[in-house]
Amino acid sequence: MPRIVVDVMPKPEILDPQGKAIVGALPRLGFTSFSAVRQGKRFELTVDGEVTDAILAQAREAAETLLSNPVIEDVVNVEVVEA
Amino acid sequence: MTELPLIGGAPVAVEPQLSGAKIGVVTFPGTLDDRDAARAVRLAGGTAVALWHGDTELGDVDAVVIPGGFSYGDYLRAGAISRFAPLMSKIIDAANSDAKLPVLGICNGFQILTESHLLPGSMIKNDHLKFLCRDQVLRVENNTTLWTSDYEAGQEITVPLKNQDGQYIADEKTLDALEAEGRVAFRYVGFNPNGSRRDIAGITNAAGNVVGLMPHPEHAVEPGFGPETNAGTDGLGFFTSVLNKIVGGAQ
Repeated sequence: MPRIVVDVMPKPEILDPQGKAIVGALPRLGFTSFSAVRQGKRFELTVDGEVTDAILAQAREAAETLLSNPVIEDVVNVEVVEA
Repeated sequence: MTELPLIGGAPVAVEPQLSGAKIGVVTFPGTLDDRDAARAVRLAGGTAVALWHGDTELGDVDAVVIPGGFSYGDYLRAGAISRFAPLMSKIIDAANSDAKLPVLGICNGFQILTESHLLPGSMIKNDHLKFLCRDQVLRVENNTTLWTSDYEAGQEITVPLKNQDGQYIADEKTLDALEAEGRVAFRYVGFNPNGSRRDIAGITNAAGNVVGLMPHPEHAVEPGFGPETNAGTDGLGFFTSVLNKIVGGAQ
């Protein structure tokens, strides 16, 4: 089954408290090369059958209306992944 | 239904004519504070009507409270899934209609109202990343909304606050507009518990019928059970405000 992957990230201008906590924890494990972390979300939408342009358009609309909140997040990627 | 005080005497002298006013309280899967909100409505003298998120009709309620909790487990984003419940589309239409249905969103209810675009901005995780529960002092910045008219402008009230995703954010342009239009309804006083922009605890829409805030007035309506300040009943004014407006408007 093909899947449509949607990636959502907090907007660049919004402080990401979770990312900040993660970047604080990394050096404690010896990972000292990373100066910032931002945490986002990945959604995988499974399609029964072929991914048509109409289905991809629906996925983009769902990404903008339900999967992300445009006040705080950006949809950074919508792509089809064949199983 | 008359509410019996849990301890001591009745907290307020209830106006009998208010009981004709019906305030709906919405329950979603994962709502926590619907019972307390309904009780606050009754203690203020009104009639509470239980509403279910899957309902497709609002019925004849005069106002709606969207209470706190963790609807849908805060999955996706707090309030994001609840916003698309069948009853929410009715509430959104009624709030935007000429009738201007009064709607109060408390905590998760506030998050649902921002996800519904009835109120601008959004809530993200507290800046300190922890769940926080405390008695919180708020200043009533706007006492001309349907839910705040029984307070004095600038009055400081103490009500419980309890949340993890309580940091109010919006872009600078939106924040400036909210300030300029007097739509900051409540501000945190003395201590900003979550990093909210400009100490904003609650806001109103332009018409003043839709109000949302993170702290919990419905937990401060009865002596002995709310904060120790002012007998712990500072939250009652939200409910008496809207009841007085409904009854006054009907006369």
